[in-house]
Amino acid sequence: MAISRRHPAALFAVLFVALGTTGAAYAAVSTGTAPQAAATSSTQVDEGKQLFLEGCSSCHGVAAQGSSDGPSLIGVGAAAVDFQVGSGRMPLAGPAIQAVDKPPVYTEEEIASLAAYVASLGAGPAIPSDEMVDTSNADLVLGGELFRTNCSQCHNVAGRGGALSNGRWAPNLMAADPKEIYEAMITGPQNMPVFSDKTITPEEKKDIIRYIEELQKSENPGGADLGRFGPVTEGVFIFIVGLGILIVISVWIGAKAR
Amino acid sequence: MSTVTPTDTTATSGGAASWVDDRLHASGGLSKLLKKVFPDHWSFMLGEVALYSFIILLLSGTYLTLWFKPSMTEVIYNGSYMPLKGIKMSEAYASTLDISFDVRAGLLMRQIHHWAALFFLAAMSVHLMRVFFTGAFRKPREMNWVIGTVLLTLGILEGFAGYSLPDDLLSGTGLRIAQGIMQAIPLVGTYLAMFLFGGEFPGNDFISRLYSVHILLIPGILLALVTVHLIMVFYQKHTQFPGAGRTESNVVGFRLYPIYMAKAGGFFFIVFGVTTLISALVAINPIWLYGPYTPSQVTAGSQPDWYMGWLDGAVRIMPNWETNVLGHTISWNLLVPALVIPGIMFTSMGLYPWIEAWVSGDKREHNLLDRPRNAATRTSLGAMALSFYMMLWFSGDNDIIATAFHLSINQITLALRVLIFVVPPVVFIITKRICLGLQRKDRETLLHGYESGQVLRLPHGEFIEIHKPVSLEEKAVLMGKADIAPLPAPLAIDANGVANPKAKAGAIRTRMSAWFYADNVAAPTALELAEAEEHALHGASHGEISSH
Ligand code: HEC
Ligand code: HEC
Ligand code: HEM
Repeated sequence: MAISRRHPAALFAVLFVALGTTGAAYAAVSTGTAPQAAATSSTQVDEGKQLFLEGCSSCHGVAAQGSSDGPSLIGVGAAAVDFQVGSGRMPLAGPAIQAVDKPPVYTEEEIASLAAYVASLGAGPAIPSDEMVDTSNADLVLGGELFRTNCSQCHNVAGRGGALSNGRWAPNLMAADPKEIYEAMITGPQNMPVFSDKTITPEEKKDIIRYIEELQKSENPGGADLGRFGPVTEGVFIFIVGLGILIVISVWIGAKAR
Repeated sequence: MSTVTPTDTTATSGGAASWVDDRLHASGGLSKLLKKVFPDHWSFMLGEVALYSFIILLLSGTYLTLWFKPSMTEVIYNGSYMPLKGIKMSEAYASTLDISFDVRAGLLMRQIHHWAALFFLAAMSVHLMRVFFTGAFRKPREMNWVIGTVLLTLGILEGFAGYSLPDDLLSGTGLRIAQGIMQAIPLVGTYLAMFLFGGEFPGNDFISRLYSVHILLIPGILLALVTVHLIMVFYQKHTQFPGAGRTESNVVGFRLYPIYMAKAGGFFFIVFGVTTLISALVAINPIWLYGPYTPSQVTAGSQPDWYMGWLDGAVRIMPNWETNVLGHTISWNLLVPALVIPGIMFTSMGLYPWIEAWVSGDKREHNLLDRPRNAATRTSLGAMALSFYMMLWFSGDNDIIATAFHLSINQITLALRVLIFVVPPVVFIITKRICLGLQRKDRETLLHGYESGQVLRLPHGEFIEIHKPVSLEEKAVLMGKADIAPLPAPLAIDANGVANPKAKAGAIRTRMSAWFYADNVAAPTALELAEAEEHALHGASHGEISSH
């Protein structure tokens, strides 16, 4: 039962909060003496731990070991946290088929702390640097090929998203920024597969991002794109607008005749 | 507006006809033709929209043939669309990209061609509904109904062929399914597919074969059938709705020349204009996004054009049933939705005029249309068929619906598997109720006039609503209801005391006929009308009053 399961966890949480606060306080006091870089990162980890205990441990467990309400985060890496929390998916509001994008709850600094904490628990993909998502020299054409081969079966050729089984979906990519795309590929959230550097090299990842950026521009040589949903919207359009206009004209001509 | 009986030749038809007649001595022929009278109603324009879109298709298609290369030869794209530059693709796809980006007005023409194709099939379908719901298919026009059915079928095939030509990812995905359906035909399927595709899928021959079918074979047949269709409309004359002065043996409307021709010509330009406007403003089939067809690629949201959507939907809604017979797999999951259901749908559509004539026993000619409400069972059957079609169409869009409304695709499919059996009968019942209600209202209106909305207080305090009599024109419309009585039961024993061998079949027919016509609300008889008029003249007695 939920209650009997949650109780010990809550106890642990209280313990960890207490410990965490003490630790953080100690770290704050001792900043003066420790080397700069190490100190920031260890403060960050501690801060992250703190935030984690408050906001995430109820589902992911006090040591991020996982519970019946959320998977273990040991070894998911900083990239996964940055992706999940940065896109507002985490903290999850409650049981759902799939976490939804919403405005992030945490500030960028807090997200960095959370990421540092989770990364400290086990090795996993790191947050890509700016250089890694710099697409100025990327190959657009190859990116398109890779996108159509690896991504379009779920996200649609125009990146407009699509339905997966059992109410899950692959989201529309029109608002995804380069870092988010990169992180999605290396962490494989939910039903999305992980595209390791062996399957798609870092260079190729840049190419894909470049192509998605091109899609996001939504330049339409042919005119309005009707949401790029494909033939269905085109069909609805021809009936409602196309035939609609002509029938109105027909009725009007008929009325004139009388 | 002029009233002309079919035999009327006294009116002069204007200069053009006599000019031609004087030279060709085609006297009678042409001038008679030009004097043909066409009735006017907006719904009669739907067929014209279909005709004009067909003409637009012929014109724009011809433009496309100048640059399109129906070849599977592999080339490296070197046109001006950057994201595909340097990619290997078929010549067919490359030339379609060239049409889109490097040929003057090419993209506009492609879009005109494709929008016109959607228009063509949409207009044809709605035209068909008009013909069905007004009973225009009845004797003597059954053959034209059959031609219409064939036109629709060929139109769908033609559209699918065109959609498959550019060899982009959507084309290829569609063809792959078509090939699967072919292979599902028992015994001959595999050979048939091998033969048509010239080997394994996708092969090198299919696009060029499809091209001949798309630009020559089907358009040729379509053109011939459209011509016959129109000649028959001319020859049998257009039907008209009931109304003042309109009978089974006259046609009220405009002369073909000059009024109708001017109107029709003008309407052609309107259709052309609207098509071009849409094509200039709204993108259709952006093939460059889909990329060249490769069997290893797919895209979420792969859909056929709307007119194939129901077929795709039938495939999607069908449970995944297969049986193994002597080492051969029978794919019910493709056979039933892609061949059996469409076969039943189109056959029963083609035969419908005879089915209804058999049920009604009505052998008369009909030149006056039914108002849909007055043929309640037919209208309900049509609405039912339409709702069935819509369910299939929704099933074909299940992924788009799931994405757009954040629903589960599995639940949509499950729901549709139930709804496809539940919704059509419900639609039938509701439509029938509505029709019968309208029939009753019409009868009331004829007998007691319509409610004017004016309320009168009688001296003794009672409130009544003033009923006004219907106008002559409206009365003619309402009186146009032609009732058909259910067939009497056949005699089990004929006059000579011999058992009637057809009694059993006859009994089925009687039951069908009762089902079809029994609920009909009879139009008032002459006697009832006279009585009602009498009643109105003598003022209000039962809470009704009439004012003139
Ligand atoms: C209400 C419970 C809940 C809360 C609170 C919650 N999570 Fe989650 N989290 C989940 C579930 C369930 C999943 C797995 C399903 C999914 O990915 O949508 C998940 C997945 C994740 C993942 C992805 C794991 C992977 O394998 O890639 C990360 C990272 C994550 N959560 C981090 C966090 C962080 C950080 C917080 C606190 C800010 C948090 N979560 C709060 C329930 C929760
Ligand atoms: C099997 C289907 C599948 C494939 C293939 C796939 N994805 Fe995803 N993708 C998903 C799902 C499902 C999610 C949503 C995960 C979630 O909400 O937790 C997602 C999320 C994303 C996001 C995050 C979008 C957002 O709104 O935050 C990006 C970016 C992304 N994918 C990019 C890609 C790229 C690039 C590829 C190809 C290399 C790809 N995906 C391949 C299923 C897929
Ligand atoms: C009833 C008639 C017709 C229908 C319904 C129809 C439909 C279509 C469709 C849907 C396409 C795909 C267009 C695209 O998005 O690229 C197409 C392509 C094409 N059609 Fe037709 N068509 C018809 C008649 C014709 C005729 C008469 C011709 C030639 C004389 C023709 C020539 C072509 C060519 C060359 C293409 C390929 C070029 C391209 O895709 O851009 N079509 N057709």
